[in-house]
Amino acid sequence: MSRAMFDLLLKGLWETVVMTGVSGALSFAIGLPLALILVTTDRGGIFQNLAVNRSLGLVVNALRSIPFIILLVAVIPLTRLITGSAIGIAAAIVPLTIAAAPYFARVAEVSLREVDRPLIDAARAMGATRWTILREVLIPEALPGIVSGFTVTLVTLIGASAMAGAVGAGGLGDIAIRYGYQRFETAVMLAVVAILIVMVAGMQWAGDRLARRIDRR
Amino acid sequence: MTGNTGPVVRLEAVERRFSDRPALDGISLTLDRGEIVGLIGRSGAGKSTLIRCLNGLDRPQAGRVVIDGTDITHLSEQELQPIRRRIGMIFQHFNLLSAKTVAENVALPLKIAGQPPAQRRARVMELLDMVGLADKADTYPARLSGGQKQRVGIARALAGDPILLLSDEATSALDPETTQAILALLQDVNRQLGVTILMITHEMEVVRQIAHRVLVLDAGRIVEEGPVARVLASPRTDTTRSLLRGLSPVLPQHIASQIAPQGEQALIRVDVYGAAARQPLLAIVEGITGRPARLVHGGLNDVQGEPYGRLFIALGTADPDRVAAVVARLQPETTAIEVLGHVPGDV
Repeated sequence: MSRAMFDLLLKGLWETVVMTGVSGALSFAIGLPLALILVTTDRGGIFQNLAVNRSLGLVVNALRSIPFIILLVAVIPLTRLITGSAIGIAAAIVPLTIAAAPYFARVAEVSLREVDRPLIDAARAMGATRWTILREVLIPEALPGIVSGFTVTLVTLIGASAMAGAVGAGGLGDIAIRYGYQRFETAVMLAVVAILIVMVAGMQWAGDRLARRIDRR
Repeated sequence: MTGNTGPVVRLEAVERRFSDRPALDGISLTLDRGEIVGLIGRSGAGKSTLIRCLNGLDRPQAGRVVIDGTDITHLSEQELQPIRRRIGMIFQHFNLLSAKTVAENVALPLKIAGQPPAQRRARVMELLDMVGLADKADTYPARLSGGQKQRVGIARALAGDPILLLSDEATSALDPETTQAILALLQDVNRQLGVTILMITHEMEVVRQIAHRVLVLDAGRIVEEGPVARVLASPRTDTTRSLLRGLSPVLPQHIASQIAPQGEQALIRVDVYGAAARQPLLAIVEGITGRPARLVHGGLNDVQGEPYGRLFIALGTADPDRVAAVVARLQPETTAIEVLGHVPGDV
């Protein structure tokens, strides 16, 4: 493999890491509050508000049902508004976040729902405020599951960021399409796939390890 | 603490209904300072609903709940918080937070009450010392045995200097030996701190060991109430009697099967309690019959210093006059006396 190709792959890897990292961080920052709202506003929740719960659930479901490739194109006006451009890494982060945040919200929601109701009652019986219950009970008890869920979200984002490459976002996916697919350079295609496999495996390993470490059950 | 002298808890005609089924059907009761009260009933009798009404986790649809002089029936969730901080609660399944260490679990009520960390640490160590778990402060609950978890639960419940400790089947998930240790700890806590304890249980044995007073709950109503010794010795309702089954002695099958209308000697059952149980019953019987009487089965038990029990006595005679004389002599003193029939001399 030529030096130029090596540099190209390195650049692609870096762009993929940035896209995944930034949209992952944003998805976490948006998705976790969404998950908390979905759980606590539901019937019997500590902030019960069915109107909020149902509307938010509808929005999350709607966003999750749009195929990513369509979302990618559909949000171009919004992307242009936020980043000033519809192509490039920064531009890819917008649709990636819009796709991943509701996904992570649902995954985190499952973990939050698994926190035993009696634990919340015990905290209420101690005279805890609802915010204290959130901070001291709900989030810490669900954390191992949230970490696992976030790992899955990041892995999904790696795949999705490769797809975003198809519309000029850069990254490994872009290289695979332009060189591997359009120019029949099988070596490049294989290299990209190999790098992606290592990335995903590494991420999964690190995520599992972290989840195990914080799980005291 | 407020220094109020009235009852710690007063319920007035409390009603709680779930869809159509009443869980609490007009409950009135008071708990006085320093009492240990047992609340016993079968599952589904409304015990858990009742205990949840005492700290506002559940709301009655009618009646009043007064805690330490404050009517909490219609308080908002926010207004309830300071009151809940003065009520400790322990649970059948402990409900400890798995992500927090033992010390952090015990510290949680203090954190909720806004105590500064330095003060918290000292208080937590004091509490862990009291329940005998000072060396487990930095352990996570998953590594503790059931009995140890309940000790942590008790330390946590006592952290906020409660005036009332609610125990929701706290020993039901523990083995008999651990149950003894936990009951002894609760008794210590009651004596040393003077905290009022309401023990919800379906086990009469738990009530017998530490409660001063017992309330029997059935289908949302209190069907019997009184000092534990009195209720154990002479239950007045079928519910109580069925809850007592297994606690009061029953004739072994091989003796029961020998009972016949006619035979060599009469067999009587005597229930006694208190002063009656301190009498030389066999000697009294022998004085009337002139024959050696024999204890066939049963015996005395103890409930907070008061003896009570059920005795099956073979009289050594079948003579109807003497048997009637024995019954007439013992009747006024015993809680219940019954001639069961006749048995062979070698029973």
